[in-house]
Amino acid sequence: MEAEQPAPRLAKAPTGIPGLDEVLLGGVPAGRPTLICGSAGCGKTLLGMTFLVNGATQFGEPGLFVSFEETPQDLAENVASLGFDVPGLIAANKLAIDHIRIERSEIEESGDYDLEGLFVRLGYAIDRIGARRVVLDTLEALFANLSNQAILRAELHRLFGWLKERGVTAVITGERGESTLTRYGLEEYISDCVILLDNRVEDQVTTRRLRIVKFRGSAHGTNEYPFLLDDQGITVVPLSSAGLGHQVSDGVVSTGVAGLDAMLGLGGIYRGSSILISGVPGSGKTILGASFAAAACTRGERCMFFSFEESAELLVRNVASVGIDLQQHVKSGLLRFETKRPTAFGFEMHLAHMQRELDRFQPSAVIVDPVTSFRGPDSEVHALLLRMMDILKTRGITTVFTSLTSSEERVAQSDFGLSSLMDTWIFLVDIESNGERNRGLYALKSRGMSHSNQIREYLLTSDGVRLVKAYLGVAGVLMGSARLAKEAQERVDTQQQREEVERVRRDIASRRAATERQIAELQTEIARQDAEAARLIAQEECREMVLETDRAAMGASRGVHGNGKDKSSPPSQIPSNPRASASSVSGT
Amino acid sequence: MDDQYNLRLYVAGQTPKSLAAIANLKWLCDSYLPGRHSVEIIDLIDEPQLAITDQIFALPTLVRRLPKPIKRIIGDLSKMERVLVGLDIEVRSAP
Repeated sequence: MEAEQPAPRLAKAPTGIPGLDEVLLGGVPAGRPTLICGSAGCGKTLLGMTFLVNGATQFGEPGLFVSFEETPQDLAENVASLGFDVPGLIAANKLAIDHIRIERSEIEESGDYDLEGLFVRLGYAIDRIGARRVVLDTLEALFANLSNQAILRAELHRLFGWLKERGVTAVITGERGESTLTRYGLEEYISDCVILLDNRVEDQVTTRRLRIVKFRGSAHGTNEYPFLLDDQGITVVPLSSAGLGHQVSDGVVSTGVAGLDAMLGLGGIYRGSSILISGVPGSGKTILGASFAAAACTRGERCMFFSFEESAELLVRNVASVGIDLQQHVKSGLLRFETKRPTAFGFEMHLAHMQRELDRFQPSAVIVDPVTSFRGPDSEVHALLLRMMDILKTRGITTVFTSLTSSEERVAQSDFGLSSLMDTWIFLVDIESNGERNRGLYALKSRGMSHSNQIREYLLTSDGVRLVKAYLGVAGVLMGSARLAKEAQERVDTQQQREEVERVRRDIASRRAATERQIAELQTEIARQDAEAARLIAQEECREMVLETDRAAMGASRGVHGNGKDKSSPPSQIPSNPRASASSVSGT
Repeated sequence: MDDQYNLRLYVAGQTPKSLAAIANLKWLCDSYLPGRHSVEIIDLIDEPQLAITDQIFALPTLVRRLPKPIKRIIGDLSKMERVLVGLDIEVRSAP
């Protein structure tokens, strides 16, 4: 017997479904019934079965599945593809399936009755395997096949009370009604926890959503959470877990392109940040992404490449042509490709798929190529990408998003407003001039670091992406052959200028030499004139001396004419006045 | 024998509904199926597994095992005309 008290208030029974327990903040209320409602084909039965199988395999709680619709064989087969070994669990007494078949055509009602038979069956099965969890899928078969609604309602009320008394955690499924949560108003009986599943088709894409309508006595996520059903079972993608509380890293990682690293002030991008690479078709977005992937793998980090346009083989082959060898990284297990057609399924499935793969592979770098392949209402695409970014950021994953733009003018529209969320935005442009297209690259923004504002030309060479300095002249940025021509022209110009300078220098030198020659000639002339002057003076002195001598001799010979005056002038006076004599001579 | 009725009545304990059903069944057999019926009364309190194997969910349930096909009548059998229709019993003479 179950002597289980509903001891701790708000005890929760984890469902083991990824994401759902987060939304439920632990699980469904333990020991109480939970209603899961939704329209046909939205996964109620699978959710119920997953709840039981997880309970049996992960939480040590045996479970009873009461099916009003599907046979045990069908149920087992339907979940076998998810890896649920239902027959094995049944054999191990961890799971029991009771199929309650109600065939309207063979049933007649006569007088008063109750559902004690159901209670007996449940009680028997629960006791047999010690079930802690019970799924009733779906009780509405009773309403559809039995006419006495008054009895049914009274009995259901009794049933839920009885389940609580037994202390089992029950999950009851119900078909969605027109204006009510369930067609027969089961929600009136189950007040503890109601989960609504929804399956909407918009633009031919199915999106599954889940909402916690109520959860008495517990907080819970209130949004509509997308979930997916696929070969991995149910995965709920909780929006609320994505917040802005990312880990902030100061580490810098290379983009895989040396020139690009150099453009960014820190020599790369921050670890855990996101880069958007926008570009026109054929601008090499994927190659830049692949460079980043190769760089991450070379550092020994795990990298996941989400490719929405090319298959893994094609992509590896294509980037090999520019010297990026991804194959070795795929082999070493550091690089994993996830290739899915964007149209293969709805956004939510893409997200959930991505989240699951990230959790499994735990990469530190991710490439999403390209984000623009998602088509749909802008608001939804934006929401998708926003959540994708959050998923990546909360995990501290450095991510390269590529985005296809049809032309530069449409930047703002083509990125779904994503650019504002990006830490670094690299823009690849095609520059057309002179009959050729050239590739230009510039950093539109890079948060938290200085970065070059220049447009660099980049080349896709057999050694990967190489950035070359664009020609920046007064005439603007030149690229490609125009750059080469301009550079050649410049070389010629420089040569000419050098020659001109040389010529001027030679000219000046020769002029200087001429001047110096003139100066020398003039100095020679001065010297010559000085010499002439000296010679004349000497000549004059000599002549005066001769005159003196002659006069003396003449005076001596005359004798009579000698007077005092002549005697008074001593001969020593003669040399004291040579200049006056000379000048008087020259003056004559 | 087409005429041979093999009936089983499932009940759970001695509830008023169980007792009413037993009484009503007895009256019916005596009135309409004299000498051509065999009746088994099964108390699920004693044999709960039979609820599963015999697909019982409401109580009381009367199952016509023979003649084929199997018919089920749920309730305390107080509405006799429904029981007669359900069991395909031709009313040859008024009781």
